[in-house]
Amino acid sequence: MRDWLIYRTFWDLTVTGVALGSIYALVALGYTLVYGVLRLINFAHSEIFMIGTFASLITATNVLGLPMLEAGDYPYRTGFQLVLILLACLLGSMVLSGAGAVALERAAYRPLRGSGDQFGAIVLAFVTAFVVGLVFFDTPKSNLIFGIIGTGPIAWMYLNIFRRGRQAPRLAFLISAIGASTAITEAVAIWGPRDREQYQTPRVLEKKTLFQLFGTDIRIDYVIVIIGALLMMTALLLFVNRTRLGRGVRAVAQDVETAKILGVNVDFVILITFLLGGVMAGGAAMMFTLVYDQSKFNIGFLLGVKSFTAAVLGGIGNLKGALLGGIVLGLAENYGSALFGGEWKDVIAFVLLLVVLMFRPTGLLGESLAKARV
Amino acid sequence: MKKSTLLRVSAIAVSLAFVTAACGSDSDSSVTEDTVASEVTEDTAAAAVDGVTCEGVSIAFFGALSGDAGNLGKNIRAGADLAVSEFNTANPGCQVGLVDFDSQGDPAQAPALAQKAIDDAGILGIVGPAFSGESKAANPLFDAAGLAIITPSATNADLNDNNWKVFHRALAGDDKQGPAIATYIQKTLAAAKVGVIDDASEYGKGLADIVKTTLGDAVVASDSIDPKAADFSAAVSKMKEAAPDAIFYGGYYAEAGKLAKQLRDAGVTATLVFGDGVKDNGFIEAAGPAADGSIITCTCADGASNAEFAAAYTAKFPGETPQTYGAEAYDAAKAFLAAIAAGKTDRAGVLEFLGTYDAAGVTKQIKWDETGEVAGNAVYAYKVEAGAIAVIGLIE
Repeated sequence: MRDWLIYRTFWDLTVTGVALGSIYALVALGYTLVYGVLRLINFAHSEIFMIGTFASLITATNVLGLPMLEAGDYPYRTGFQLVLILLACLLGSMVLSGAGAVALERAAYRPLRGSGDQFGAIVLAFVTAFVVGLVFFDTPKSNLIFGIIGTGPIAWMYLNIFRRGRQAPRLAFLISAIGASTAITEAVAIWGPRDREQYQTPRVLEKKTLFQLFGTDIRIDYVIVIIGALLMMTALLLFVNRTRLGRGVRAVAQDVETAKILGVNVDFVILITFLLGGVMAGGAAMMFTLVYDQSKFNIGFLLGVKSFTAAVLGGIGNLKGALLGGIVLGLAENYGSALFGGEWKDVIAFVLLLVVLMFRPTGLLGESLAKARV
Repeated sequence: MKKSTLLRVSAIAVSLAFVTAACGSDSDSSVTEDTVASEVTEDTAAAAVDGVTCEGVSIAFFGALSGDAGNLGKNIRAGADLAVSEFNTANPGCQVGLVDFDSQGDPAQAPALAQKAIDDAGILGIVGPAFSGESKAANPLFDAAGLAIITPSATNADLNDNNWKVFHRALAGDDKQGPAIATYIQKTLAAAKVGVIDDASEYGKGLADIVKTTLGDAVVASDSIDPKAADFSAAVSKMKEAAPDAIFYGGYYAEAGKLAKQLRDAGVTATLVFGDGVKDNGFIEAAGPAADGSIITCTCADGASNAEFAAAYTAKFPGETPQTYGAEAYDAAKAFLAAIAAGKTDRAGVLEFLGTYDAAGVTKQIKWDETGEVAGNAVYAYKVEAGAIAVIGLIE
């Protein structure tokens, strides 16, 4: 039964696979950019994506006042109004995700780099105390009180240990990343109006079939996702390869010390790198809500793991690799689930990664951001 | 010098914070004593079991109060809460507590939580575990501890097959529900081609497999989905291509909502059929207009149709009506409370009492056979119409 179905659903699976793969690719860019510059896996990046989905939801419901249902049906909009709503949601997601990524960099990573950043140290200390509190407390209030009490001594500790010019050990960045990730998801789970339950986003785009390709209906939302992802990728590549700041990013990726000597403001470049990753994740988040109309406190987790897989698959640190990795992963998951059954979806993704890494340890395209000159 | 003082002060502050933290760590199982003694009227006081006195006894709720299927657990807790507060009102000398154990429906969290319940010596019985997956993980521990459980909702057919002497069920299992679903799909819906999808959970896969086996050749396509994922496009493509007349999904309401939406978006027009885990308004919320026309079956009774129970429920929870499993939970809690009223104050006594229990409940006559199954095998069909779940009736 499964054998004939895979052939007949091939093009259908291809379209949905490429669409989901494009979302993976956009999120993978954030992992790859930060890795290229800092040699750091930013595990909290999945939460930047989650923030983006909520930004899209807030823009649509709270700012634009769209209802969930209108006379028993979805609140469909058309024409110019639709375009404006979608652009507003996109802007909201990009701004909030970008801001989130920048805040993350300042709070979770910069204090560890020995930049003597007091503001960052205080935020990091608060997050640390908050996360420790999560282990012991159940109520948001006691959590918060514990967080505030803990902030002072921990911030003081940080500032003393990581004095200007003294870099924390590599492992500290990783722990900080996981801590930040937990803090962000739990904050949304505890303080969000629906706790740990699923949120719905209003559906403004009627999912009409645009045209047929190889006997398969091509839906408008998939077209928007694929074209949108390609546009964002192109913009990012142009930015990194053609602008002055992009040159700075590549310089820091090649050699931090030399870049510093040559007058590159390293802290600023790192900030820009996080911002770019955040904006890409924000775009991905908006498109995700466009197709699936939903969000949740831990929506970033599985998607983040998959996107990270995509980044490694394509060659981490390589921008084009992220695109290729995302799409290959999206397709492999879809074909694989059709062949072996949906319960094997995650297994297929990770087996594919293992096989690729066995033969190409640096991923499919396997070069670093430093050499990413056109 | 100043520096070392500061260090000492902050060290003390940190350790103090940890100490207070450790003291507060018990807070995740909260006891609600429904002390409403002041509201005792003469009528209910007269109806009270003659001078029941007890001290420090409680029953526990075990199931999801948060997480993806949290609504179902909240319904169960509410039903048990109603029974306990009625009992406490009638028996001022015996105030029974209701302790919550929120498993989030996660089988991985269940054993540790079960141990916690077992360690609380005051707990004489468990209303739950709510879901089949967590039942499988937690019940061996309850069995070893001799702590009686009555689940108002875990319907997996194989649960009664483990020789757990503590196991009781307040509704019929999926060995009854599965064939009834198959009958409904073939007879009432007259579907010749059927697609079956499950969420690979103990409950969802168990029920879907029974439906598949009963339908036999009528099943033209089947698939499993990962409930944690957002995208079900592989399963959706398969269903679209196979073009069945009806699709059955075994799983819980949150994923059912996402799946229904994605199926309708892809242009699949088959009638959607679901089991008891989907019977919650959360499904309609998640699916929106895609939920319309869906059929949901449940071995649970419609609590709202029992006027007396519904009135008591609304009096206790203003503005709310009994939801899925609420009435079963009420019956389950009643059985434990009857044991306490009969003077059973230890776990062995309560377990023994349940073996001989035979009383009219809100949902049915409550009497358990030796495997812990309740008599009666009614399966009800419900339909989603205009954004609400309405009862159609019994499946013959």
